[in-house]
Amino acid sequence: MYEIIEGFVEAIRLIVTLDPDVMAIAARSVIISLTATVLATLFAVPLGAAIYFGTFRGRKGLINLIQTLYALPTVVVGLLIFLLISRVGPFGSLRLLFTPTAMVIAQTVLILPIMTGLTISALSGVDPVLRDTLRSLGATRLQFLVNIMKEARFAILAAVAIGFGRAISEVGAAILVGGNIMASSFASSTRVLTTAISLETSMGNISESIALGIVLLIIALGVNLAITTVQHR
Amino acid sequence: MIEFEDVSKRFDDKAVLAGVTGRVEQGEIFAVIGPSGAGKSTLLRLVDLLDTPTGGAIRIDGTDIHADKGQSLSIRRMMGMVFQKPAVFNTTVAENIAVGLRFRAADERAIREKVEDALEIVGLAGYGERRARTLSGGEMQRVALARAMVIEPEVLLMDEPTANLDPVSVEKIEDLVIRINRDLGTTIVFSTHDMYQGQRLAHRIGVLMDGAFAQVGTPREVFTLPASRNVARFVGIENVVDGVVVAAEDGMSAVDIGSARIRTRSPFSRGERVSLCIRSEDIRIAPAIRGRRVFDGNILPGTVTSVVPRGPFSRVTVDCGFPLSSVLSWKAVEDLDLREGSQVTASFTAASVHVVRAGED
Repeated sequence: MYEIIEGFVEAIRLIVTLDPDVMAIAARSVIISLTATVLATLFAVPLGAAIYFGTFRGRKGLINLIQTLYALPTVVVGLLIFLLISRVGPFGSLRLLFTPTAMVIAQTVLILPIMTGLTISALSGVDPVLRDTLRSLGATRLQFLVNIMKEARFAILAAVAIGFGRAISEVGAAILVGGNIMASSFASSTRVLTTAISLETSMGNISESIALGIVLLIIALGVNLAITTVQHR
Repeated sequence: MIEFEDVSKRFDDKAVLAGVTGRVEQGEIFAVIGPSGAGKSTLLRLVDLLDTPTGGAIRIDGTDIHADKGQSLSIRRMMGMVFQKPAVFNTTVAENIAVGLRFRAADERAIREKVEDALEIVGLAGYGERRARTLSGGEMQRVALARAMVIEPEVLLMDEPTANLDPVSVEKIEDLVIRINRDLGTTIVFSTHDMYQGQRLAHRIGVLMDGAFAQVGTPREVFTLPASRNVARFVGIENVVDGVVVAAEDGMSAVDIGSARIRTRSPFSRGERVSLCIRSEDIRIAPAIRGRRVFDGNILPGTVTSVVPRGPFSRVTVDCGFPLSSVLSWKAVEDLDLREGSQVTASFTAASVHVVRAGED
């Protein structure tokens, strides 16, 4: 019990003094997950819109599949990407394994289904009367699409936030394709908040773990606050 | 201007419209009235090209609007529509009203001017920068009306525009409908299940029942000369009784309704089965009298079976062998000392009986 309290006190000290190691790991986490989120957004939002507005065979089945993939285990994604970029894999020559780039790729793949699915939900959530209103006001097909997307913008933003949340909090893929490396240069290191917590805890450095955990929560809280503020404006 | 020719619409196995035929003239306010589920919304949606008819044709100035998909956009842009449920885009009031103008690539200055004018007309001047979602239902519906109006449509369609609104908002919307029609000459087609709204606003009314127009005419025609038993019921004629013509001469006829003979004016001849429609306002209630008839009409003795308050009036039902409802002021009820069981005579003139051929229903 005493150790846990001591851990908390030490954790607060690490955060308040902006401990360089903790800050570097936090910054790396944000950069990698933010990059993955931006990439996933570029794919997921147009893809979600195409599926939502499209009329093709198997549309319902596709949406079901996407929703099933919400629960895609992070280690399975990690394993998949690992197999693709390992020395013996098809993309082995790119030498991506154990780099931040590999982590960005894995996280992008991981959050793509949930962001696509939530984009579809966001568009479905637009009041049908508004859809009729747009058509009755003489919208062309393009004007119609743009305005529905505009109307769903806050729900789509929430989808992006949820994607970021899942990316920054996952550990399975990050550790498999990143390797939790602490190299001499910031850019070639792959230690992020989640992998560091996992390592520090297994080594018995409770205070470091708690400090990193708190930082992770603060980041999640910050993202949520930002989104809520925008939505309520 | 708008012609319906045998228009039908099925959704899966359910026929919502079955043979709608009629005409809306340029510049008029045309009300589609009818009970819920009669197909009013469906009919308006077909006109606005939001749905396609299963059969028949809708023509605007002679052009079948559903014939050429390539023309859909330009046809739709002739029209504006306001829907039953007030709905606004999640942006400012001004931007809401501007949507249709932006679709037509109007220039910024023209948009600003038109939006300002429209806000003024619908009584929301100064609301331009407010967030539309914060408005009340009545205000949102006025925004919807302004939004449909600024595109200067030739035809304005309104699907039960006041169904969910408070009485004050209803009055405002009704005033606007009349002003838009009068000042801009816009042809307006609106639907309502409120027959009195139809009466207040419309130049002509189409009564939609069971997927077709049961009657099309001026409010006066529809309300005093309903074409069928069902229309009579819908427009609020409380007394509808069935009978057989037993004597007819010089436009006068006697109808046997089983328990009594009713004198009427009607063109029907002996032996024809008819329904008699008598407005409760036309029935007079007097104390029971003995002796001879005092006027050329119908005098029926009976017993009061109920006195029910209805707004500033009371509805008095008299059993004359068949139930007959009358409407009296509270004071009249008091003066006559009417209560359940009172012996009275109910009287009405032959001319106040509207006779229609009995339907199959």
